[in-house]
Amino acid sequence: MATLGRACLILALAVAVYGIGAGLYAWRTGRRDVATSARRAIYALAGLTTIAMVILEVAFLRDDFSYATVASHSSTTTPLFYKAAAVWSSQEGSLLLWVWLLSLWSSASLFFTRKRMRDVTPVATAVLALFAAFFTGLLVFTASPFHILGNAPVEGAGLNPLLRHPSMMIHPPMLYSGYTLFTVPFAFAVGALATGRVDAEWITATRRFALAAWLFLGIGIVLGARWSYAELGWGGYWAWDPVENASLLPWLTGTAFIHSIMIQEKRGMLKIWNVSLVLTTGILAILGTFLVRSGILDSIHAFGASTLGVPFVALIVFLIALAIGLVTWRSSLLRTEHRIDSFLSREAAFLFNNMLFVGLAFVVFFGTFFPLITEAFGQRRNVGPPWFDRITVPLALALVGLAGIAPLISWRRATVANLRRNFLGPVAFGAAVTVALIAAGGVAHKPLALAMFGLAGFVIAGVAQEFWRGTRARRAMSTDAWPVAVVSLVRRNRRRYAGYLVHVGMATLFVGVAASSAFQHANDVRIRPGQSATVGGYTFRDIGAVGRIDRRDGRIQRIELGSRLQVFHGGKSLGILEPTRGYYPSDAPFAPVSGMFDGESTSEVRMFAGLRRDVWSAVQPELGGIRHDTRIFDAAIRQMAKQGVPAGKQALAFQVGLEKAVVDYARSRPFATFRLIVSPLVSWIWIGGIIVFCGGLTALWPAPDAARRRATAGYAARVAQELGRA
Amino acid sequence: MDPSRKRRVRLVVALTTALLLAGALVYTSVSASTEALKPSQLLAQARPGQSYQVTGKVVAGSIRHRGATVLFRVRDRNGTMSVPVAYTGTVPDPFADNREVILQVHKSATGDGFVGERDTLVTKCPSKFSAKS
Repeated sequence: MATLGRACLILALAVAVYGIGAGLYAWRTGRRDVATSARRAIYALAGLTTIAMVILEVAFLRDDFSYATVASHSSTTTPLFYKAAAVWSSQEGSLLLWVWLLSLWSSASLFFTRKRMRDVTPVATAVLALFAAFFTGLLVFTASPFHILGNAPVEGAGLNPLLRHPSMMIHPPMLYSGYTLFTVPFAFAVGALATGRVDAEWITATRRFALAAWLFLGIGIVLGARWSYAELGWGGYWAWDPVENASLLPWLTGTAFIHSIMIQEKRGMLKIWNVSLVLTTGILAILGTFLVRSGILDSIHAFGASTLGVPFVALIVFLIALAIGLVTWRSSLLRTEHRIDSFLSREAAFLFNNMLFVGLAFVVFFGTFFPLITEAFGQRRNVGPPWFDRITVPLALALVGLAGIAPLISWRRATVANLRRNFLGPVAFGAAVTVALIAAGGVAHKPLALAMFGLAGFVIAGVAQEFWRGTRARRAMSTDAWPVAVVSLVRRNRRRYAGYLVHVGMATLFVGVAASSAFQHANDVRIRPGQSATVGGYTFRDIGAVGRIDRRDGRIQRIELGSRLQVFHGGKSLGILEPTRGYYPSDAPFAPVSGMFDGESTSEVRMFAGLRRDVWSAVQPELGGIRHDTRIFDAAIRQMAKQGVPAGKQALAFQVGLEKAVVDYARSRPFATFRLIVSPLVSWIWIGGIIVFCGGLTALWPAPDAARRRATAGYAARVAQELGRA
Repeated sequence: MDPSRKRRVRLVVALTTALLLAGALVYTSVSASTEALKPSQLLAQARPGQSYQVTGKVVAGSIRHRGATVLFRVRDRNGTMSVPVAYTGTVPDPFADNREVILQVHKSATGDGFVGERDTLVTKCPSKFSAKS
């Protein structure tokens, strides 16, 4: 099957190269048959990469360790769900996932535009095929997922325990979907520039893809943050790590793009800005993919496959040159049809919003690449999270403020009457929230967080006012009940109200971020059973150590050591948290006892999550006592081996030694270092993310009218055909 | 004011603002940044009272625990020169012998080692995309 997989990839590369040639030829000659053939090449590519993906997936599910990638990233003891997802935990598997998703999204975009923009699509096809050729080329020449081992091991290395979390498994496909979907508007923008068709049609044709890219990338980022918070033992959700930043960059410019295209669609403005934004977003998506694999920046995420660095840099340089060349060449066609009438208008609010998003992206880019920039001038220097926080927080505040202003202000020029009518209520609500919080106490010493709460109140009140007015207007024209009127309002203006929902979600998310970063109490404490520690008014009492061996099918999965913490607040017990640390065996089950504690280990975070606050705990046990037990049994087993004692007896000694070490740990009242965090409103980050997701999905859902129109048009065409035959 | 002159004035104002903001960005980043050094460079260049970011590998067998403090040595990625570090607090899950770490340190009061600064220790995830050795 590996041969078939490899053949599929070689064929896919050939098909992609053909797609480039055919697309460009069709563009130069205007031959429709060649353009159709180029498009079909992309469909064929999707078919071939699907077969390759299925072959690799089956190899993982069947524990076929003759595949090098399966042997190093899975094992027979890896749970089935994680086996299926382990495909993309390797370099080569993740590249295959990338090209597979790219071919699927490319096929979808070309299918939906097959009867539109016949001059633009051949170039777009060639660009999409270029991306596919690049990634398939990497799979064929440098990182083959179908490399077969001469001597297949009986057991694989297993999936890194840290990655065994549901959100971590969905996170890569979401991010990659975002990255690959952004190549679609990129390709169509190149097509529009190459052919000189720079009106809003390419935007209309690819708007949904840009929106889907934005949505998937956003979900990917939030899932990554959630994984970090719930799985890693540090209690944070964002660390300004280069790889996190790499995913944020295209999301920021993409967000700017889906706002500014509205201005081009409505008023024919910002053409040069929009093509530049979408080209930048496409390049940043490739840069994001590259950063994870390059090793050029120090990051928590593993790097090192520097063999891929040179081709990626070459591709990025080519794309930048292409983008600059095309925009310069077509600059005369990209002149704006209108100018901004007033800075008190929705256009101006969108423009400011765009400048802020791009400014934010620039700051994140500058901070991320600061080590490389400074190295060019002599000494490599780094900026840390405090620098990012200091610069980005004011920009985020301004953005949330604009998210409230833009939906309320009039197009072209706002009048005093318009401002009074639309702003009075929401501004008063935002101010009331701020005053109420100051009066409640404990908030005023954090002015930035306070400002965020007030602005979020303004945004939510503004959206509520829009929904209220829209629903009231609908009810004036019909006898619908309130809920029916709301649904009908959203259905008829899906894009607008979905956007409002996204604003509410983002405001909610930022309330969570502001509260949890400004008012968090965190401490690392070293205590043992019988002792307690107090963090943020919550008392954690260690009521006993725990130790257990987690076995599945007779095999040791991991050893869990930790403690039971009884949590008290205001004299009342809230319950028991049992944070542990899971130690995964470093090798086969018959390794010496101490080897059981020397493999990978992961924190099993435990928390009371609530709408008001999370009480979070992680533990790092001290293994001093265990080390004594394990050394004795290791020596005994070595002695038995020397004396030729049968393997069965050695295994028994191993089991007894391990049981004793774990039981002794639990009984010995050991010290452990706990990270204890009391953090308000963290849950609202995830709730905000869900609201944004619902808003994004609502915007993406095909409008019922359009669907009906398509169905009616199809029916009419069939009737005409039948009549023709008759 | 005629429209073309108005546009020119706007452009000049916008460009000046952008330049000022860029200048402020560069100034704040340089003043807030720390030098990124290898352990061998740290040994040669470190001055008391100054913070540095050090990147290297944890020397195998060097990890010791003293209460809540972890003592270990960090060596150059491709070399043997190493520096002793005392880090207090919880360490990241993948922290182990030979793992690549990045952390912020300053010279200890006694001058014979380095103290890791709270919450700055990151360990590279060994899971994926690592070069084949």
